[in-house]
Amino acid sequence: MCSLALFPPPLSGGQITLYEANNELVAGSSPDCYEKQHWDPPSLNFPRETLKPHSRPESSSKAAFLDHKDTLWMRSAGAWYMLAYILPKWLAVSSGCVLALIRWMSSFHGSLFPHLTLSGEEMTAEFSQVLDWSDSAIRSFAWHPHTDKFAVALLDDSIKIYNSRSATAPTLKHRLQRNVSAMQWKPLCASALAVACHTCLLVWHVDPSSLSTRPSSGCAQVLSHPGHSPVTSVAWSPSGSLLVSASPVDTAMMVWDVAAENCVPLQRVGGGGVTNVSWSPDGSRLLAATPSALFRVWETRMWTCERWPCLKGRCQSACWSPDGSRLLFSVQGEMVIYALTFSDMTGGPKSAAVVADLSETTFSGIDDITVGGEVQSLAWDPTGERLAVLLKGTEFLKSSLIYFNSSLAFKWEWKRPLNLNPGHILQMFSSLKSVTAI
Amino acid sequence: MLSFNQDCWFVRKVVRWRALASIAWSVLLLPATTTLFVFLVRFSLFHPVEWISECFGLLMAASTIFSLILLCGVVLVIGFFNLEGYTVVPSIPCSRVALLAKVLHPRQCVHSLVHCTVGMMVMWCASVMAGGRYQALGSPCTRGESADAPEVCLNEYHVFLLLAGAFIGYSHSFLGVVQNMNYVSFQIIQQYKYLRCKGSLPWVLKCSAVQSLYAVRNYVALYFFFGHIPRAWISNSLNLPIDSSLHSLDSLTGLLDFSLLYHLWISGAFLLLTWYITVLLFRIYVTEAHRFPVQSTFAEDAEQCLPKVLSEKRTPIMKFLALQDLALLSQHSPPRRQEVFSLSQPGGHPHNWNAISKECLALLSDLTQRLVAHHDAVASNGRARPPSATSDTRTTSNSSVSSAVVSGTEDLPQTPRPSVLLKTPGSVFLKSSGRGISSPLTAPFTPDLDSPFSTPSLRHLAAQQVPQQGQWLGSVQSPHIIRRGPKLWSTSTDSQANGSALASPVPTPSSPPPEQKSSFMAQWLQNRKEQVKGFMAKRVLVVYLFNKLPEASSQALFADSQAHIWALEGLSHLVAASFSEDKYGVVQTTLPSILGCMLSLQEAVDRHFKLPHASSKPVKTSCSMGDSTYKTLRFALRAALKTSIYRITSTFGEHLNAVCISAEHQKRLQQFMEYRE
Repeated sequence: MCSLALFPPPLSGGQITLYEANNELVAGSSPDCYEKQHWDPPSLNFPRETLKPHSRPESSSKAAFLDHKDTLWMRSAGAWYMLAYILPKWLAVSSGCVLALIRWMSSFHGSLFPHLTLSGEEMTAEFSQVLDWSDSAIRSFAWHPHTDKFAVALLDDSIKIYNSRSATAPTLKHRLQRNVSAMQWKPLCASALAVACHTCLLVWHVDPSSLSTRPSSGCAQVLSHPGHSPVTSVAWSPSGSLLVSASPVDTAMMVWDVAAENCVPLQRVGGGGVTNVSWSPDGSRLLAATPSALFRVWETRMWTCERWPCLKGRCQSACWSPDGSRLLFSVQGEMVIYALTFSDMTGGPKSAAVVADLSETTFSGIDDITVGGEVQSLAWDPTGERLAVLLKGTEFLKSSLIYFNSSLAFKWEWKRPLNLNPGHILQMFSSLKSVTAI
Repeated sequence: MLSFNQDCWFVRKVVRWRALASIAWSVLLLPATTTLFVFLVRFSLFHPVEWISECFGLLMAASTIFSLILLCGVVLVIGFFNLEGYTVVPSIPCSRVALLAKVLHPRQCVHSLVHCTVGMMVMWCASVMAGGRYQALGSPCTRGESADAPEVCLNEYHVFLLLAGAFIGYSHSFLGVVQNMNYVSFQIIQQYKYLRCKGSLPWVLKCSAVQSLYAVRNYVALYFFFGHIPRAWISNSLNLPIDSSLHSLDSLTGLLDFSLLYHLWISGAFLLLTWYITVLLFRIYVTEAHRFPVQSTFAEDAEQCLPKVLSEKRTPIMKFLALQDLALLSQHSPPRRQEVFSLSQPGGHPHNWNAISKECLALLSDLTQRLVAHHDAVASNGRARPPSATSDTRTTSNSSVSSAVVSGTEDLPQTPRPSVLLKTPGSVFLKSSGRGISSPLTAPFTPDLDSPFSTPSLRHLAAQQVPQQGQWLGSVQSPHIIRRGPKLWSTSTDSQANGSALASPVPTPSSPPPEQKSSFMAQWLQNRKEQVKGFMAKRVLVVYLFNKLPEASSQALFADSQAHIWALEGLSHLVAASFSEDKYGVVQTTLPSILGCMLSLQEAVDRHFKLPHASSKPVKTSCSMGDSTYKTLRFALRAALKTSIYRITSTFGEHLNAVCISAEHQKRLQQFMEYRE
């Protein structure tokens, strides 16, 4: 087991980690002393002020007008109700009773699953992998799995796409694209990007050779299913044929055939919803975390699942090793990383083992720095060399990113027990919000 | 469509047993649905204890047991029809008249008739179980002042329910045709049968409730207007007088009876639920993945092995399941992939791989040709012809290319003609010149000799003309003339006049006067027909019936594309796996042809999607048992094709530059390797 005490002490005195060269981290005090790389990434600076949230009530004059979407039938019913008011007494009383009963039942349901009482936006913020989602200028980030291309979802509900090969950075906007909580590029495809939105799931088809900076909303497929919103997580199968989406409200997760726009709900009662889905890189297993202290691991051949009840809290974040045999996860309320090892021979693991301890550690140097805390997000790079961990902040350091050397760089190491070695604690300018594997 | 007499081992050994198992399960589920029905139909809000005890008493009663036995018989009949009528390749009518022909087909008539009868039986059971005023056909008359009134009168409520059963039975059968309910689609993921059934049951419940609501609406409207006819007929034939002191049901006061409508709705939902469950279980059972051995050690099992089964054309269900198995094995099971890549023991030939890849490539190039032919036809005509008026032929013969092409682009499906003629260079030009004159409105029914507008004599003439013209003119030009012959009916008379003017001055011994006369006759008929057509084209109804449905031709082209999707997935996964698993390099030899085939299909698909209506999405049907997966198969195929090519390029990377394919394909491949497609 690896702990933070074994790490080399972090930088101090306003120094920040800039890049890595010759297996060493280079630190500096200003971000301008970058060494030129083969692709100079565009300067991505999104000032918080320019990004207005999409529909602030005070920013529009819409509130001054009455919304008039009622049908004629509804209006006439309303008029009848207003004018005549000849409802029989017993009908009013009995409807009131029924309403009270429904409210009581839903509050009972809500007490079983407290997350159901949250509003849509709060729920997305609660279960997002991004730290401090509701206030962050960048809501989500996704690298393309094959080329130098990435998508950034911003606070104003637009998505920008940057490509190393072209200077145009298309901006994607759609009427239904609200509160983006997750994005993922389709594997084995150049153009498709799945976006988890507030009410639905959007799949954009952004033609990489197109020069348009504002692709029309006709390029987006809208996938929605009644009762399946807000969508907080999406995952493409590594073979690129299926898309899985999850919503904390819906106990079923949806398996989509995107091109044909039909879906198969996979329902399991218990847990009260699905917050986070993640497909193992070899495509054989799928993790589905729920808002309760329970997560499931589906095998994707016959789509059966194993239940994994956690003791402490819900599974906050998880990632798979490149060969799909190991699952690392973190639990809310605990400062450790657990590992599960799956193998086809022995029928699966019996319990999870703790592989890293991230409890707060104080490094004494020029000024004492305390690092450690709960895990917000985990990401493992596809070669298996490094594991990046984003920690929730302490009051001193709002958040910190650390990485482990995970000793899975070579195929022959995949069979051996997992061994995490201390890597480095990276020092960033401001609070870091999210972490993604390239 | 399969029938019992087909001598295929798969149908005998697998499909039939699966159908039997599904029917057995639907029979076993009957008591549960019946209990549910009894509780709902006898529901009374104000006497809950009485309601429950009454229901339990009723469930034990002899009449209920008898009804259950009857319902078992009904389920057997429905299950039999499911097995007889199912298809994995939907038949898509391209115009409304083709749809009408499908509905009026004798086979369909039998289907509807049986469903009507069976629906009546179910409703009889329902009315017996509902009890009360629905119980029996006769009811004691309410005594008026006259003492000589008959003892037993007709119970109109009972008749009302029975007729509703017949109506719902017919509408089920009718909607089955319109929505292709006999089409069996395959799920995108594999699930165990029990879980799949459990997952779909709520949907089936909802579906039957909603459909029953629609049926009740239609039926009540129908009964309001025409209800007196069957009532009078039954009362006369059974000699049961109608009780005049009661309200008759075909009046507003009679029909606006809430409890009657509720009972009707619940009974209709019960009827549809039992049938839908049968359909659902049949679909689940028949689409379950079947594992075919890749190779067998015994010679007598050879025909059951994957390479043999893939090349089977007569049994579509077996071919589909085999392709599904191929796609699954290529993704999930390395040991079976090893068998595919293995060499034969004496000789060292990769027979398995060769057979499998050959069959998949044949399927794909088949589709490419079909698309190219369709595109050419559309490009030359300005609009496409429906592939065939009733594409039933294609579903049975599983889309042999030549027949599809002939019926898709040619105008005379009846005249026997070698399909080589299609490739005559002048054909496209001739077609365009011929069709250019006729207005787009008339195009749909111009060339059809089996259309109702052509008299038998015309058809006879048309069939005769082909050899005659071949005699008149030299054999060199004959293909063109043959092609032109039938076209004459659709164009103005000039080409025919030319043809006969050319022919008549040459006195050949083999052209006796009757033939001349027939040509004049033909011309006269031709003119008549033009007039009739001009007249008809102005009639809205005719245009409505004969106008081509948008995107129907596109749907029909891709009707069996599930097979192509699996072939693409299977091939690409196998090729990708061969990068590390293929010890002898058997895949390398076919890699150029696989890439070439996929790239040319990609080109054809891209071109097809540029046609009007091809890329428009179908409207979603909300709640019906009909499976509309076939409507979006073309999009699924396009996505699967791209993914497959990317899978190969991302696995092989730069090595693909060494594969020798044509320069054009190389260019396209480069696009894929740079992730620019």
